[in-house]
Amino acid sequence: MAESQARVADRTVVGVPAPTVGPITDVPEVARRLSGLAVGGELVAHRQRSLWGDAWRRLLQNKMAVAGLFVVSVFTLIAVFAPLIAPYAQSEVVDYRLARTAPTWLWPMGLDQNGRDIFSRLVYGARVSLVVGVLSQLLILAIGLPIGALAGYYGGKVDNFIMRSVDVVYAVPQILLVMVFLNIFGPGLVNIFIAIGLIGWVTLARLVRGQFLALREQEYVNASKVAGAGGSSIIIRHLMPNSLTPVIVSLTFGIPTAIFTEAALSFVGVGILPPQASWGQMVGDASHPGFIMTDPFMLLFPVLAIGLTMLGFTFLGDGLRDALDVRGSD
Amino acid sequence: MLRYSMNRLFWFVPTMISIIILTFIILRLTPGTGVIPAGAQQISADTIARLERQYGLDKPLLQQMGIYIWNAARGDFGESFAYRPQSVNSILSRTFPISLKLGAYATIFAVVIGMTLGVLAAVNQNGLLDYISVTLAILFYSLPNFVMGFLLILLFVVWLPNRGVSLGFNIGGLEKPIDWVLPIIALGAAPLATIARFTRSSVIESIRSDYVRTARAKGLRERLVIMRHVMKNALIPVITLVGPIFAAVGTGSFFVEKVFNVPGMGPYFVESMVAKDQPMILAVVLVYGLFLAFMNLAVDLLYGVVDPRIRY
Repeated sequence: MAESQARVADRTVVGVPAPTVGPITDVPEVARRLSGLAVGGELVAHRQRSLWGDAWRRLLQNKMAVAGLFVVSVFTLIAVFAPLIAPYAQSEVVDYRLARTAPTWLWPMGLDQNGRDIFSRLVYGARVSLVVGVLSQLLILAIGLPIGALAGYYGGKVDNFIMRSVDVVYAVPQILLVMVFLNIFGPGLVNIFIAIGLIGWVTLARLVRGQFLALREQEYVNASKVAGAGGSSIIIRHLMPNSLTPVIVSLTFGIPTAIFTEAALSFVGVGILPPQASWGQMVGDASHPGFIMTDPFMLLFPVLAIGLTMLGFTFLGDGLRDALDVRGSD
Repeated sequence: MLRYSMNRLFWFVPTMISIIILTFIILRLTPGTGVIPAGAQQISADTIARLERQYGLDKPLLQQMGIYIWNAARGDFGESFAYRPQSVNSILSRTFPISLKLGAYATIFAVVIGMTLGVLAAVNQNGLLDYISVTLAILFYSLPNFVMGFLLILLFVVWLPNRGVSLGFNIGGLEKPIDWVLPIIALGAAPLATIARFTRSSVIESIRSDYVRTARAKGLRERLVIMRHVMKNALIPVITLVGPIFAAVGTGSFFVEKVFNVPGMGPYFVESMVAKDQPMILAVVLVYGLFLAFMNLAVDLLYGVVDPRIRY
């Protein structure tokens, strides 16, 4: 039995009231629904509600997702309004003699190795780190999802060509590729996240391909084919929504990875230039063997910022996945 | 299956040649030739030119690639610039087996604990184990791994022994079996968190499927439902990841091997690039690339075992 049909059927089986579906009279409509094209949730959707509207409603009912959304929003606002929030400019030295002062009322997160206010640098660093961390993941999604989808759906020669290319890109050290890209196109925030995105899609492509290889053999895909659905329609309407789970987890893991890649690039001189602040660089500076034992607070706050960002996106991502899953949790 | 594997093995050749060509191009696009240490002064242009001639770096790029591929095909990867007169072969044959062994243990550790944690987190969604798996993932990804290694040393070698709890850990070398424990944990921690999170989300997705409801409805015990029905379908993303993870940890980690004094090949990835030690860079990239190609072949074959419907 095609999965989508089964989904409708089981609502009644387990006693959940089946959503009212009006009598279907026209034959194409019957074929369309039976073929599973309605996977997007139309069959379970209530009157006048779209898939996205429904998903949004479910998202707001999920406490963890709302918490995640809250964290992400707060960090975004901090990044946007950094100059209004930070008491000092990002490269302003409060007092060099007070370098590595532990947190006090005056400087709630202490001063760094150059006597700069860590709180202010963290606030400004949100700009670089959120752009690098989040926008690079969007680019990775935009590249990795279609490439993995094509390889997984069409298989055979297409798959072989794409995946062998992925093997090559995967094998060459990513940091070298990013450095070459930045050497050619110049440093700067935009180029950094583009470089990370252009090179970081390989893992996502492999994950999506794996999902597609398994999903394309499912009965509902065959049913769609029989009903005359084309490749792109099957990919977009059936396979992509059903392979979102690993994609979302992968993107949330990608955020801290990208933040640290930026720090490594800055370390070798092709990233953003000091004294501009970024969280990754602050972690790098604070991890110096001379500081880590004596002044762990320098490490604590930027690590907390990166961790909280990842936490926010993890909860938001989990909630989003649950919200988009029309089967709901039971 | 055999025919597919043979075909894939044949494709290793163009893949490796592409990796060599791409690496050559990248090295050409970065400054310096690496025959002398970066920043070295008082070396005459004549000497540099002589060294470059000696290593064939004065030849056209295509010819250099051709010579390299020909030599590599016969198993000769040349002499390291930074560690001369040692040959790349002697360095790698000494260090790679150590990294491989450590990486294999770390991968097993990560897969066994990570998948167990992931399944437990999924069946207790929003329970204690679920939050532990999230916390571990965030901890291991937000803390750079050298900080992680450092904290492990502090905990097991300094803090606990000072409080009278000695587990006999040493740092420096891998002489006793117990010496392997800390590096394995340090190396396997991040992969463990990754595997746990991916397992969790796949299992949660899979648990909601109709066939799971069917399995439960016919009265199958929960443990069997999870093991037989849920896991099989949740395994695809985990398998996809474990392949590259083993290739990555099996070729060593710079920080873990530095922190724990493991004589593996991990540091050569970083040091060769810092020194622009071309023969060494090409060799470590090729070892990693070949390892990765084998793992990805294994991944694809495993897909077919887990889900016999999968064709390629």
